[in-house]
Amino acid sequence: MTTEPVGTTDQEIILNGIAAAPGIAIGPAYLYSKQVPEVHRKGIAPDETESEIERLRTAIARSTKELQKILAFAEQKLGPDSAKIFEAQIMILGDTILLDTVEKRVRAELLNAEFILSDEITKYRRMMMAAPDEYMHERAHDLEDVMNRVIRNIHDQKLYSRLEGESIIVSETLTPADTVIFSRNQVLGYATDRGGITSHAAILSRSLKIPAVVGLRDVTRRLRTGNRVAIDGYSGLFIINPSEDTLQNLSRKAARFKEFEERLVDVIGLSAETKDHKHVELSANIEQPEEIEYARSQGAIGIGLFRTEAQLIGRPRYPTEDEQYEKYRRVADEIFPHPVIFRTFDVGGDKLLVESYQEQNPFLGWRGIRILLDRPELFLNQLRAILRASTRGNVLIMFPMVSTLQEIRRAKEFVQRAKDELRARGVPFDPKLKVGVMIEVPSAAILADHIAAEVDFLSIGTNDLVQYTMAVDRDNNAVAPLFQQFNPAVLRLLKSIIDAGHKRNIWVGMCGEMACDPLATVLLVGLGLDEFSMIPSMLPEIKKIIRSIRLKDAKRVADKALTFTTDEEIRAYLSEVVKNKVPELPLEI
Amino acid sequence: MLERTITIRNRSGLHTRPAAALVKTAARFKAEFFIRKDNVEINGKSIIGVMTLAAEQGSALHLRFDGPDEDQAAAAIVDLFERGFDEQ
Repeated sequence: MTTEPVGTTDQEIILNGIAAAPGIAIGPAYLYSKQVPEVHRKGIAPDETESEIERLRTAIARSTKELQKILAFAEQKLGPDSAKIFEAQIMILGDTILLDTVEKRVRAELLNAEFILSDEITKYRRMMMAAPDEYMHERAHDLEDVMNRVIRNIHDQKLYSRLEGESIIVSETLTPADTVIFSRNQVLGYATDRGGITSHAAILSRSLKIPAVVGLRDVTRRLRTGNRVAIDGYSGLFIINPSEDTLQNLSRKAARFKEFEERLVDVIGLSAETKDHKHVELSANIEQPEEIEYARSQGAIGIGLFRTEAQLIGRPRYPTEDEQYEKYRRVADEIFPHPVIFRTFDVGGDKLLVESYQEQNPFLGWRGIRILLDRPELFLNQLRAILRASTRGNVLIMFPMVSTLQEIRRAKEFVQRAKDELRARGVPFDPKLKVGVMIEVPSAAILADHIAAEVDFLSIGTNDLVQYTMAVDRDNNAVAPLFQQFNPAVLRLLKSIIDAGHKRNIWVGMCGEMACDPLATVLLVGLGLDEFSMIPSMLPEIKKIIRSIRLKDAKRVADKALTFTTDEEIRAYLSEVVKNKVPELPLEI
Repeated sequence: MLERTITIRNRSGLHTRPAAALVKTAARFKAEFFIRKDNVEINGKSIIGVMTLAAEQGSALHLRFDGPDEDQAAAAIVDLFERGFDEQ
């Protein structure tokens, strides 16, 4: 990979990231850095103090107005929880003690308002950063945000006015506020250094249908505003200075996808079944009730994975039973009569943990069910909340990261305890609520037959299963090629998990990324997978593939795929299959 | 001058909403109002200050009131803490 300094070359640079929202965009880049406005200490004349203070007051009034607009928009688009950040920022701008202090100091010290303001706010920020918990650090960033906004307004530089015409926003990360503001401008696409498929920017771009690639690591250091760039939100590529060839390829691809997507609209209302009428369940992975509407519009029937841990983002503590209950109830009601699978808090690994806890090897450490079993109150709170939301009979519970039978038995004892407690309180729940587990650790995959005897369903989490089976951290560039979803070892595990479930007459689903990989669909149908759960935007495409094949052909494909010895051979074979069975699919391999 | 020591009862501690209620109540009185937690003292009429305290459930806070209506101010503020900010 070239690491030419920016601006010295017109050479094409192709960067690999995570495809967060589908689509192709070509245009000028707008490098959005959290331009920290520079603050200089400047003396002012005694007769300038009042105009200096007037500038400060105007800037604060303007900032408040901006934040109120963002707040209203955020409440609508992101829900009240995410909007709270802006409410707190507005309150800070109304802090008369803070403003009085600043004004007094401007008069007494004869210094410019932005310097004094930043000096005052920095004091508080330091104290917040010194606190041990993550929540206070987040609040310190909020404080910084709000301060920069005021200072920008003092400088009379309007941050977003430079965003003229259509552009592709490139930034380190996008906060909810950024995405909200940009979504009102002419944005062709988003690209970020950080963030995953579930980041705010990713979710919002998908619902706004703006192509996005996230997790590009250092894209912001590789270009300047105005550089010509292209985003391929299907394959997760970001191209700086795209060559004529690349541009032609991309526009051909865009045209093919557009045509294909137009035809996909027809598929949305149809059932997910093969030509010979084998039905599979297509469900959505979501983390907020607000996503249900979009999921349904893409043809999702139920929710195959509700990530409950999303509630923990930016919070000082775990939500209470009642808070959780309200959220789960809303989801269960909205999706009724179809099912929703609530996965209990899956924290640890790379995911946030409310308690601050450091370990050498978090992916092999305290995460998922391991934490829940060690924190009975936390676990019972959540189980009671889910159980209470289950009265209409459409709620299922799923445990993450199980690696032993003992864990499953203990977790089920907790479910029993939660039920007993509710019964004692006279609170209704679904007594027949089904309990399943994620199969994402090789030990669980190998023991799937024993596990299947004790649970109601299995759902395969391919991201972790591949990572643990291949012993590869997929965020580590040096070993990324070893993250092989189609490695024969992975395929054998998938087959044995699905067979084990079926032998015990329980269904087997998949909620990992492989479920929405068009290359995997025929294989998975052939292996007998019962349920595919994925980001909603991929549902129509996967359904299209399912509807283009016969079960018996898919079985043959699966059998054949299992005879190959490498990931490469299997990919090559499967891409041939897809090209033959679904020639209109604009597959890029 | 009047001093009181209280313990935070409500579950979410002095985070955004309770902090706002506290500042709002304090603003109704002329008396100055300071809160000390451990070694940090902040102005209880300043939302940014109250947020900075990061006071969790169970934290002990030392309250100081100073002014003509300090009695009423202390009563109103202590009541607010005792009611747990009417948190559900």
